Amino acid sequence: MEGTVTAFVLALTALGLSLVFGVMRIVNVAHGEFFMLGAVLAWGFTALIPELPFWGFMLALLAAPVCVAAIAVIADALVLRRLNYEPEATIVATIGLLYILQQSVLTLYGPNAQPVVAPISFRVVLPWFGYSGYKLVVIGAAALLLIGVWYAITRTKFGLVMRATQFDRETAQAFGVPVKLVYAAVFALGAALAAIAGVLVVPLQQAHYLMGLDPLLLSFIVVIIGGLDSLKGTVVAAFIIGLSDGIISMFFSPTLAKIIATLAVALVLVWRPQGLFGARAR
Amino acid sequence: MNPKSPIPASSKSVTRRSALKKLGAAAGAASALTLAPGFVRYAQAQSSAPIKLGFQVHSTGIGAAYGRWYDRTTQAAVALINEAGGISGRPIELVSEDDGTDPKRGAEVVEKFASQHKVDLVFGTLFSHVVIGAAPRAGELKMPYFVVSEGYHVASGALNRYVFQPGITDVRSQVSAMAPWIAGNLGKKVTMIFPDYAFGHDHRDFFSAAIEKQGGSIAALLPIPPTEASYTKYFPQIPADTEVIYHVMVGPGVLTFVKEMGEHFGSQRPQIFGFVDSLEAVDIASPGLEFLDGTYFWEANPRYAGPSQTEFDKFFREKVGVDANGASVSDPKDISTYSHMFGCWETLYVIKQAIEASGYQGPADRAKLIEATEAMTTFAAGNEHPQGDKTFDGKRHQCYGHQFISKVENQKLNVVHQTSIEDGMYENDTDYTKQAL
Repeated sequence: MEGTVTAFVLALTALGLSLVFGVMRIVNVAHGEFFMLGAVLAWGFTALIPELPFWGFMLALLAAPVCVAAIAVIADALVLRRLNYEPEATIVATIGLLYILQQSVLTLYGPNAQPVVAPISFRVVLPWFGYSGYKLVVIGAAALLLIGVWYAITRTKFGLVMRATQFDRETAQAFGVPVKLVYAAVFALGAALAAIAGVLVVPLQQAHYLMGLDPLLLSFIVVIIGGLDSLKGTVVAAFIIGLSDGIISMFFSPTLAKIIATLAVALVLVWRPQGLFGARAR
Repeated sequence: MNPKSPIPASSKSVTRRSALKKLGAAAGAASALTLAPGFVRYAQAQSSAPIKLGFQVHSTGIGAAYGRWYDRTTQAAVALINEAGGISGRPIELVSEDDGTDPKRGAEVVEKFASQHKVDLVFGTLFSHVVIGAAPRAGELKMPYFVVSEGYHVASGALNRYVFQPGITDVRSQVSAMAPWIAGNLGKKVTMIFPDYAFGHDHRDFFSAAIEKQGGSIAALLPIPPTEASYTKYFPQIPADTEVIYHVMVGPGVLTFVKEMGEHFGSQRPQIFGFVDSLEAVDIASPGLEFLDGTYFWEANPRYAGPSQTEFDKFFREKVGVDANGASVSDPKDISTYSHMFGCWETLYVIKQAIEASGYQGPADRAKLIEATEAMTTFAAGNEHPQGDKTFDGKRHQCYGHQFISKVENQKLNVVHQTSIEDGMYENDTDYTKQAL
């Protein structure tokens, strides 16, 4: 159960990372900070109307990803585009972006963890222990979003254009695909997905300026296991990692779960460097 | 200029002329502006040059909530000491540096205090991993290092002769004093939930030993990595026959931790005993914490001013700006770290006492300062020691005081038991005085 929540949230976050890598060939080290920004902005938006926590949260769920996407577009225009999306240069640039975002939040928002009230609260009572009902909401919302993203990629014109760019950037450009625009949109979409995950998770945790590091690490684990440009692989790997984390933590120890996840990454890199579902490099 | 002047070394090389030049030229450099007028004034009366205290504070990182209150408490105590004429007639100049609650930066901050700020001594470090990371550097630099950390690392003998903890009782003593009460009133089969690093390990080792001495046993140990953000997955490991849950947690996730514990148990909970660290800087009336009613907490200093409040505590609250509920007087939602921050206040008064007793003039007298601190034996309760009276063991560099056990009733903490200093005494053979200075 706990694993299911982890799995869905992880799937959303890692999907953003995987999209950005798949289409733009950029390893976005600042991805976890978009997650953190989503959570911190959620606190900001819900604090605007403290008397209506439900609507405050709905506002956050809509507005926070939009704000984060806007920040991502700006970062794309100011930094990534100027580096010509060079894979090596962008890794260094996104590390810089990570620190800029993290330290700006520290400066503007402060070092304290702030709680956000869940939009609904009920307790699911099982015979031997209880459970927060909001976690079911997180699972439902994340599942809907995953289906939405899958639909957008496979069934819409934007998805087609995106896949074309992913498949071959030059040819797509030759066929009149506005590659720069697609890149900006994909980067924004990736950031927005992380931000939504952040908003969904924040009532379960608390908004804190250092909270982006863990999801970043887990997303990388998931994306490497699943295959860096395979969306299906990302989602499957998120479930493997999330559920095994929940189950192993429950029956053995959480530390063992982390050890196994890291070991899985090493094994995948040795035996199947393209990931479980990745295609071999062209 | 008197070249033998004991004023801080940074100003030794500065002549009156260059100081005045600086005054005129460096209009933008605030540091020069603050240094120069002070320097000119003290050139005549050397013994009134300020005592520079390096304050290593967790302004950011996982200790930020503690850092905020350590800072307020320290500022209040320094203002009070300066109003009353300073230390040996010299005012305190506080130099604060943030270490990000990070051991590596902690050591760098100590270094910076020694080489750049040239402070007389350093104090205020809280988180045990930072203390353990920074204390060896303080020893190498022969920099007196007064920590306010609770950890057993000072008294254990693991650190060095320059490190003291005179303002707050260590964890080993705290848990030794708690165990008899827990075994006698709550139950003997205990499951411990604690952070998986030095501070938590102190709890694990010494509480386990203390409860076994009372005829109790440990049902399970649940160490939690310090960066954990979600705790639900740990709770199923609590054995069903547990009579008492003993929890202690630190960091930004504490509210989540306690909330999730409530979701897990609902109304069918075993007895719960926590160290108030699990809820420092958190409002006990937060939504989701209703289940805590009827559970117990260790407190070093009662957060809620109850019927047993002393006049010293009243004075301390007023000066720091804390209301009767343990929150800031300017913001009732800003809850203090009341069971820890008094340690800064009391440490500053111990430093004052040590400097005055040793006749300390400047860094050359540091050995005298160390020996004068080691010679102390008791601190009487008073405005200088508002938490209560304490004994001090000069060989272990550690103080020992009273502890409190409070029950949560109507989402407030009410003191139900106060331990004696003897309850928290233990045997060990640490003797820092044998180390060379």
